Parts: sequence; C-alpha cells; structure tokens
Amino acid sequence: METLLELQNVTHVYVGDQGASMAVENLSMAIGRGEFVSLVGPSGCGKTTVLSLLAGLLTPTKGVVLAGGERVVRPSSKIGYMLQQDYLFPWRTILENAAIGLMIGGGRNAAALESVRTLLAELGLAGTETKMPYELSGGMRQRVALARTLATEPDVLLLDEPFSALDMHIKLQLEDLVHETLAARGKTAVLVTHDLAEAAAMSDRVIVLAPNPGRIHAVFDIPEAVRSLPPTQARKLPEFQRVFDALWEALERGEQAGGEGS
Amino acid sequence: MNMPSDPKVNVHAAGSSAREQEREWVDGLHRSHLARARKTTLAVRITQALLLVLFFGAWELAGRNKWIDVLLFSYPTKLFDQLWRSLMDGSLLPHTGITVLETIVGFLLGTLLGTAIAALLWWFSFISRVADPYLVVLNSMPKVALGPLFIVGFGPGMLAIVMTTLSVTVIITTIVIYNRFRDVTPGYIKVVRLFGGSKWQVFRYVVLPDSFAVIVSQLKVNVGLAWVGVIVGEFLTSKSGLGYLIIYGFQVFNFTIVLSSLLVIAVVATVMYRLVAALEHWLTRGGRER
Repeated sequence: METLLELQNVTHVYVGDQGASMAVENLSMAIGRGEFVSLVGPSGCGKTTVLSLLAGLLTPTKGVVLAGGERVVRPSSKIGYMLQQDYLFPWRTILENAAIGLMIGGGRNAAALESVRTLLAELGLAGTETKMPYELSGGMRQRVALARTLATEPDVLLLDEPFSALDMHIKLQLEDLVHETLAARGKTAVLVTHDLAEAAAMSDRVIVLAPNPGRIHAVFDIPEAVRSLPPTQARKLPEFQRVFDALWEALERGEQAGGEGS
Repeated sequence: MNMPSDPKVNVHAAGSSAREQEREWVDGLHRSHLARARKTTLAVRITQALLLVLFFGAWELAGRNKWIDVLLFSYPTKLFDQLWRSLMDGSLLPHTGITVLETIVGFLLGTLLGTAIAALLWWFSFISRVADPYLVVLNSMPKVALGPLFIVGFGPGMLAIVMTTLSVTVIITTIVIYNRFRDVTPGYIKVVRLFGGSKWQVFRYVVLPDSFAVIVSQLKVNVGLAWVGVIVGEFLTSKSGLGYLIIYGFQVFNFTIVLSSLLVIAVVATVMYRLVAALEHWLTRGGRER
C-alpha cells in the first residue's frame, strides 16, 4: 500500500507561560492511502496533538510530518478536519456553511455549488440548503459538517471525536454513514476517539497510545470480517468482542506504563 | 428514524372526533392566554398615558395658580405657545435640524471609527497591548472636558461639535467591540484556519459576522452618547442648535425657551432611538435570513 501520511520521529513540546510540556515523544507512524486508522488512549497521550500535527495546525518541535511525500507546514484543503462540534456558522445557511471551504479556497462557482448540493443530498440533507443551522438537529448538523469537510475534496479526513457529543443512536447512524461515505470515495481517515468500540468497529488499524509523554503502546490490525462490515453490523460479530477485549487490555496496560513513567 | 406509523393511525381512526375536541380545547387555552396578555398590555398603556396627562395637568395647574415659580418652571401651555411661535417664525426647525444632523453624523462616525480601531487592535496584538493602558485612561476621563480644546483646534463650528461627540463615542465603542472580537468562538476560527484561510478571511468570514449584533447594538448606545456630546458642544460654541437655545434661554433667564428646547430634545431623541432600534431589529433579522 502506498504511504500517504507519515510522522517521522516527531516530538512536540507545548511551550506556554506556565512552562513547557512534552505532548508526544519520538513518534513515527505511516498511514496508507485509503486506510482508516484510529488513535485511542487515555487523556494526555497526545491523540489530538497528532491530529493537529497532521492537519498542519501545529509544527513539530522535532521531526517531520509528510503528506503525499511533502512536508506539512500549514493547513490546506487537501487535508480535511472534522471537529468534535459542528461549529456551523449560525449566520449562514446550510448550503453556505457546507460551501465555506470552497469560498475560502476561491473555488466557489456554480458547478462547485451544485456539487455541494449533491453532496448534501447524498448525506440525507436534501431540502435543508436554505435552512439556518439552528433549525437542524445535532445529528443533521454534524452531517453538514461532514459535507463541509468533503466539499473541498480532501484526500485525507482527520476526525477529532466527531461523534462524541451525539446521542447513542444518532452516533451509530453517523458512524455507518461516515464509514460508507469514506469507503465509497476511497478516502484516507484518521479517527481520534475515547470510544474503543467505535475504534474497533470503524477502523482497519487501531493505534493505542500511552501517556506522559505520548508514544505508541500497541498496534492492532482489525480482522477482515469486522473491517468489511458497516460499524453497526460489525459490532454484532463475535470477533468484534475479541478485538474490543484486546484493545481494552492494551489500554489498561498502557495507562499503567504511563503512570510509572511520570 | 422510520417510526412505525401503525399506532398513530389506530388512534386517529378510533377517535378522530375526540382528537378534534382535544385540539379545540388546547386552542382555547391559547386564545384565553392571548386575551389575558392583551388586557395587561392595554392596562399598561392606559396607565402610561394617564401619568403623562396627570404630570402635564398638575404642572399647568401649579403654574397658573402660581404654586411654583413661573419664571423658573414655566408651564405647558406657555411651552407649547413658545414652540408654536418659534416654529412659525422659522427659527425652531433650523436649530433642530442642525442638532439632529450633528447627532447622526456623531453616532454613525463614532461607531464606524470605533469598529475600525477595534479591527486594528484585533489584527495587531502588539498594538493592542501597547494601547491598553492608554485606552483605560482615555475611557476613564470625562471626554466632554476636552470640548474647549476641540473648539480652539477646529474653530467654533460643526467640526468641533462632531469631534466632541466622537471623543464621547469612539473610545467606549472601540473597547466594547474589541472585546467582542476577542470573544469570538475559537471553534469558528479553527474551521476557517483548517481550510487554509488567511487572517483577513478569518476576520471577514467569522470575526465580523459573529460580532455584527454587538456592533449594531453599540450603534444604539451611541445614539444616547452622541446627544451628550452634541449638546455639550453646542453649549460651548453657542452659535446654533438646541443646545445653543438652552444656553441662550438660560442667559436671558427665559426658562420657557430652556424647557421647550428640552421637550424637543426628548421627543427627537426618542424618535431617533426608536428608528435605530428598528434598524437593529431589521439588520439582525436580515442577517439570519441571508
């Protein structure tokens, strides 16, 4: 598999008035094109830092971040990022919200707007184009946020706990939708989550991080049977339970290792 | 998502008339609620009107019967007579017009300038840190005290009055709007940054529209502040305007002129405030629908 995203010996230190703290230390990982990778781990393990580094929001203190062989130095529309909350602009309509990335990139024309409409329809949001965000439910708003991220046609999607603020059944629906949408478009995805079941159900590979400072503790390849099914179906398989238990155990051990380290 | 529709259908089939009755009962509750609310509003309006009539009536009575010093306090019919005469001899409207013009220029320019300075401070955080203590000093100072300086600097005319008005409005507008700029939800800014947006795009797509309601409501606040600046400015330049009429009436000891000018100010200021409030309503609603 062709490598699309790569961290090479990356160390990141947050420097502030209160002092400097090391968020991740000497971290290396490679993510292939079309792969769905999840990062899990206790708080303080640098999950979100890794995502920010991949997005170009942060520049690593040491080491290199590569996307498609080029150094990532600033955010670009080639790498999409979905936040924990939808952050739809309340003063814009749904269509204008979904098209904001195109406006910023200067690619807003009639054809692009039409493709955003199509995208909204594919995500089950037909007829909401002229509505304002407050008129939509939480699950619908997060789907608009997904459309907004996909509209600029990024190669990579970085998902920063995008389902954590939703009700359980909405969350499961959205997991299926995201899984299906990304697979159909052959997108590469990196998901950060607290939810081990979510990671197991959605990913091809799960990376368990250990805290203080953040480093890789274990890597799990998800069995083909679980990977090939939509997340809600995968959750019902016996293999799924085994993956989940293994992840759980790794996370516990990782936390202990981190505790000793600090 | 796909709720089974059978239970609903059953209920409907079994008791459509029962449902209708229920509907009517609920509607009735709403109607009586509305009727009660209308009654209260009417009572408030009547009391307000009564208070006004009572006030002017008592004033008139007290003035005519010399219970109060007529030289100082005058009385309503004298005021209206004075207003009518000055309206007829063509002196009231020019004075009112010039004051209204100065006020409008004052609050519009004050809001625009304050917003522009706030944008500058937001853009260059170094400048905002440097300016901080100076803004605090300027804000704590009674700015109308600068009036004499403006008259010396800009001559005793409209320019000096507008400058006095700006000195009252600009600093507080800058502080309020700059604070709002800094309060913009970081998540919105992150969205624009993640698409590779520039600082200008962050300002244009997030900071400005998110702060729009506060800017417009500051416009309303500045209407009140502009009146203070304009009247004080006219006190000092003493050439024309309602402020000049007040000072003139005071100097010739004709309090009928003073009080009638105050009455005009009260009416015009209220109308202006109402208009700007309506504009605010319209603009913020338009912002939602756009």
